[in-house]
Amino acid sequence: MAPPAQLETINGCKIRYWRAGRGEPVLFLHDGGGVTEWAPFMEQLAQNFDVIVPEHPGFGHSEHPEWLDSMADMAYYYLDLLAQLRLSNVHLAGASLGGWLAAEVAVRSCHDLRSLTLVAPAGLQVKGVPKGDVFLWSPEKLTRSLYHDPAFAEVRLSQALSDDDQRIVLGNRMTAAKLAWQPRLCNPDLHKWLHRISVPTLLVWGENDIVIPPVYGKAFAEFIPQAKLVTLPRAGHLPHIEQHSSFVGAFQDFVAGLAAA
Amino acid sequence: MKFYFFHLMPYTPLDLDYDKTYDSVWVTLPGTYYDYKNGPALYSRFLDELEYAETLGFDGVAINEHHQNAYGLMPIPGVIAGALARSTKKIKIAILGRALPIVTNPLSIAEELAMLDNMTSGRIVAGFVRGIGAEYFSSGANPAQSLRRYQEAHDLIIRAWTEPGPFSFEGKYYNFEYVNTWPRPYQQPHPPVWVPSQGSRETIEWAAAPERKYTYLQTISPFVNVNRYMTMYKDAARKAGYEPSASQLGWYTPVYVAETDEIARREAKPHIEAFFNKFIRMPQEMLFPPGYSSVDSLMGVLAAKRSVTNQGGPQTIDPLIERGQFLCGSAETVVQMIKTYEAQAGFGTLLAGLQFATLPHDLTMKNAKLFAEQVMPHFREPVLRSALPTRHS
Repeated sequence: MAPPAQLETINGCKIRYWRAGRGEPVLFLHDGGGVTEWAPFMEQLAQNFDVIVPEHPGFGHSEHPEWLDSMADMAYYYLDLLAQLRLSNVHLAGASLGGWLAAEVAVRSCHDLRSLTLVAPAGLQVKGVPKGDVFLWSPEKLTRSLYHDPAFAEVRLSQALSDDDQRIVLGNRMTAAKLAWQPRLCNPDLHKWLHRISVPTLLVWGENDIVIPPVYGKAFAEFIPQAKLVTLPRAGHLPHIEQHSSFVGAFQDFVAGLAAA
Repeated sequence: MKFYFFHLMPYTPLDLDYDKTYDSVWVTLPGTYYDYKNGPALYSRFLDELEYAETLGFDGVAINEHHQNAYGLMPIPGVIAGALARSTKKIKIAILGRALPIVTNPLSIAEELAMLDNMTSGRIVAGFVRGIGAEYFSSGANPAQSLRRYQEAHDLIIRAWTEPGPFSFEGKYYNFEYVNTWPRPYQQPHPPVWVPSQGSRETIEWAAAPERKYTYLQTISPFVNVNRYMTMYKDAARKAGYEPSASQLGWYTPVYVAETDEIARREAKPHIEAFFNKFIRMPQEMLFPPGYSSVDSLMGVLAAKRSVTNQGGPQTIDPLIERGQFLCGSAETVVQMIKTYEAQAGFGTLLAGLQFATLPHDLTMKNAKLFAEQVMPHFREPVLRSALPTRHS
């Protein structure tokens, strides 16, 4: 059951977010496609955590601020959000573009973070291993490329979009391009600063990811000091959607390990 | 009316069956489809065709810029303009245009066009475009910054041409400690600026603004759109408090003239159909990269795609002619078409695409000759018409 959406204005930019559950806070940063629903993994996490899922500035129903040009702008916005919502000991998580964003936040400051979870994050460039061109693919090819199990794509493709939904899809793509068109889906300087991530980090990859191939997981694991890489079988680029129970299990094991340590 | 011979310089020997494997001749068509052995003869042929335009009495020639494709082999149109600067003596050379947002240093465009303007004693027309969507894949430029980079690059180039340097330029996308253009352009205050577009409202209103009054060129479109966007320009001008002249409006369209309507359609058919079905063709995602157009414009595009009136499937010559997307027929027919369209839209410049897709050299030359000798004179000022040489039989 999706919680009601809430609004918050941070530095003059109003964003929409969902928040549900009790426990340590989990701030989840969505991918370039935006948040299309209160997903099963969110519901499962909300059993044990205070789950907060914002729509980034420039995505979904959040405002498109004039100042937004780069992932750095976005990362500082989220540091401000942590402060304004008085969040601390946060389990920061993000997928794809949102995983990259979570890493950009963490290299700037881990002060309010308890842990970091990156699900198939963009952000790095491994020479000779191209990512999928999510901007050139047709909507159908993009959708099919996100999942290992074609049934997930079929469901998505069978859902007709209202005009309002279509506007949101187009707005999301525009903001994603603003942030990630060139250099494509990466920050060439990010690897230099990943050593600054001082909290335990969980890297989750779908074994069958063809958008950002799993070799990128190894690259992140090399640069982030306390990183653990978990590869989920039978999952594409969105393992938290496609194998949500395995994802939530891996996350809860990871968090339990933090308490034990 | 002014007449220009517009050339795209396509890769005419293209294997037209490419589309069994690839969905476009842009960006992703493998370079192996280009046989380098064809290159010298092709460029030589195309330059001959444009130089012939001067012999035939055209007002100018027009060339343009496209990247990584078989549609137009002029990634650096200034190279062609440089060759024409010496091989022609009188006609205008319109570069329609340089794609401003996709370069990292717009001053190189200011310099290039200023050099050409000096070399031609002021025969250069500067076209400023944002570049078709595909160029954002081939250049890496961010389509979400396209409009603003375009406007900022434009401001920089105009200042670089008109303000003696050195001065500094502080922009959002471009920053220079020293702007000091040598050579300065020969035409003062600067070469005329033309703005080709498919009909973006933002572009049309920007071009029509009283501080610019740039000539707006509608590129290949059904006449109903040509008329709509030219009306939009005139409305914008009037709203801004001035009456636009015909010289502020131009139309670029493919044209084919032959001895009779029947011969014209027969000769042009395979080539114009290849143009629309094989050369222009590109996926929606390539044509409209995210942020290149506003969400509102894209919603319009999607609505048009869904519409039953949309021309789906392969294009054929007759509907193209009926819609005014292709001017084709005997000289008499083409004269009548231009008169009819001109009476409605009031454009003062016609840029005739007299070579398109696979149209061979001999037909291109015949087309250009018939157009110049039998169509153009009907639109010249009376004094000029009387001064025309009589055709020898």
